[in-house]
Amino acid sequence: MTSGTITREQFEVRQIKDKRALSAQKKQVLICAGTGCIAGGSLDIYDYLKEACAKRGIQVQVGLLHEDGEVEAPAKGKELHLKKSGCHGFCEMGPLLQIEPDGILYTHVQVSDCDEIIDRTLLKGELVERLLYQLDGVTYAKHDEIPFYKKQHRVVLENCGSTDAEDIDEYIARDGYSAFEKALFEMTGEEICKEISDSGLRGRGGGGFPAGRKWESVRKQPPGKKYVVCNGDEGDPGAFMDRSIMEGNPHSIIEGMLIAGVAAGSDEGYIYVRAEYPLAFSRLKTAIAKAEEMGFLGDHIMGTDFSFHLHVNRGAGAFVCGEGSALTASIEGNRGMPRVKPPPDGGEGPVGPAHGPEQRGDLLQRAPHHPKGLRLVPLHRHRGQPRNESLRPHRQRGEHRPHRGPHGHHPAGGHL
Amino acid sequence: MSNGISMERVEEIIDSYGCQRHHLIAIMQDIQAEYKYLSPEVLERIAQKLDIGVAKVYSVATFYENFSLEAKGKYIIKVCDGTACHVRKSQPIYNAIREYLELEDKQKTSADSLFTLETVACLGACGLAPVVTVNDQVHSKMTPELAIELLGELRKEEAAQ
Repeated sequence: MTSGTITREQFEVRQIKDKRALSAQKKQVLICAGTGCIAGGSLDIYDYLKEACAKRGIQVQVGLLHEDGEVEAPAKGKELHLKKSGCHGFCEMGPLLQIEPDGILYTHVQVSDCDEIIDRTLLKGELVERLLYQLDGVTYAKHDEIPFYKKQHRVVLENCGSTDAEDIDEYIARDGYSAFEKALFEMTGEEICKEISDSGLRGRGGGGFPAGRKWESVRKQPPGKKYVVCNGDEGDPGAFMDRSIMEGNPHSIIEGMLIAGVAAGSDEGYIYVRAEYPLAFSRLKTAIAKAEEMGFLGDHIMGTDFSFHLHVNRGAGAFVCGEGSALTASIEGNRGMPRVKPPPDGGEGPVGPAHGPEQRGDLLQRAPHHPKGLRLVPLHRHRGQPRNESLRPHRQRGEHRPHRGPHGHHPAGGHL
Repeated sequence: MSNGISMERVEEIIDSYGCQRHHLIAIMQDIQAEYKYLSPEVLERIAQKLDIGVAKVYSVATFYENFSLEAKGKYIIKVCDGTACHVRKSQPIYNAIREYLELEDKQKTSADSLFTLETVACLGACGLAPVVTVNDQVHSKMTPELAIELLGELRKEEAAQ
C-alpha cells in the first residue's frame, strides 16, 4: 500500500486535466466487465479488440490519462478509448458492448463479431444489425431508446455501465471526490448531517432509517473511536444493485464513506462484501489502493486533520450477516450472531459479556450503510439541493426493484 | 504433512495478518483458498497463534458456509439455488451432477477427489439463471446436459495430464 498525498490545489488541477481528457475523447468503446458479462466471455472480447485494433494501426488508449500523465495524444492514427465498464443490469443480453458518444449498444457480442464491429461500426459508422437489441419486431440501435432503459431514471446506478470501472481519473472527471472536497473544507459535521437530513436520504436496507439522523447520532457521541460501515452483503435473491455499484462505481462508495467520516467524526471504515461477490471485492480493493495512492485515504487528507482508513472484509457465506449486528460480529472475527438491540446503531455498545456465548468486546459506535445509500451521498452534495425531491423515495415505493431481464415485468416508472 | 498442508505456510498466512484476532475469518479464508479446507491441525495452530480457544476457532469455522472441515476436490462446483435459479430449474442440474459423480447420501466430493458439489444462495447473476460456478468461474444458462458435458471435459483434461 503506497500512501500518497494530494493538496486541494493539486486536486483541482487534476480535475481540470481529467475533465479535459474526458471531453477530448472522440470514440469510446465500453465492454461490460460485470460478473454476468464476464461469464459470457467479455474479457476475451476486450483482449481481442485491443489486439485487433493494434493490428489495424488504430491507437487504443486505456485509462483517461496517457502514461506520461498527459491529456493530448500524439497525433498518430485514429484514437480509440477502450474501457471496462461496470454492470449495465442487462445481463441476459450480454456480453454487452457500448459505443459512445453514439450511444450504440450491441448485445450477445462474441469474439467472432469483433472484426466486423471494428471494420463496419468503428471505422465506417455502419451498424451491425444482428447485434442490436430487438423486442416485438422493433430493433433499437441506441441504448437510451431501449424500453428497458427508457423507463429508468438512473440515479444510484448512474455511471454503472457507462464509465470505466477501474479508472480513478474518470471518476474525478465526472466530479468524483469534489463533494468530499467541499464537505472537508467548507462544512462542519453538523452542517453535513443537517443537509443529509434535509435531503430526505434514507437507508436502503428496508428499514428506511433517515441517514442524516443516523450520522448525527454518531456525531453527537463523545469523541472516541467511531466507524463507518458499508453493508455489501446483498443476499436477497434477484437483487444485485449493490453488486453493480461495487463493481462498476467503487469510488462512489469510498467518497460516500469519506463524507460520512467527516460528518460523524470517524477515521475508519469497513466495507463488508459477501463472499459470493469476488469481483466486487477485488474492484473495491483496487479502488481503495488507488485512492490511497492519490491521497484521498490515509492520514491528514489534503493537508487537514481528517484521516480515514478503509478496509474491505469478505463475508464467508452467511446470509444472516446482512443484518447490522451480525455483520459487525463478523468484522470482529466472530460468528455472525445477531443480537438484541439496544443499543441501536450509533449508540455505544456493552463492554463485557454480551448476549449469547460470544463476548462482544467493545461494540463500536458505527454508522452502517448500503452501497446504494452511500452512492447517493456525494451525488446529493454535488447537485447541491437541500431538499432533493428526485432522491426522495416516492412514498417509499418504486425504488430498487429486484432486477429482472428485459422480457420480465417492469415496474412502471421505477426509480433506480 | 500427509494431507499436503504446510504448517509453515499456514503460519505465514497468520503472520501476514499481524496475528490479530479480528482477522480470524480472513485468515481462514486465505488458508482455505490454498488448501481447499481447514484441517484439525490448522485450526489448532490458528488458535495457538492468535491466542484464542480452539473452541472459538471451531465455532467460527462451523458457522460460515464457506468453510469446510473436510478435504475438497480440485474443482469446486457450486450450483446456485437462489430464487431466480431455483425457479429456472437449478435442482435438476444439481441432481444430474450428483448422479454423474456417483455421490451417495451426504457425500459431497467424488471418489477420485476431483469434484466437490455444493449449492450456493444467489451469486447476483440472476439474469443468467441457472448459474453454476466451477472454481469461481461463472457458467450461465446451464442445463443438466451442459453441466455433465462441462464435467466430462474437465475429467478428460485431467486424464490427459
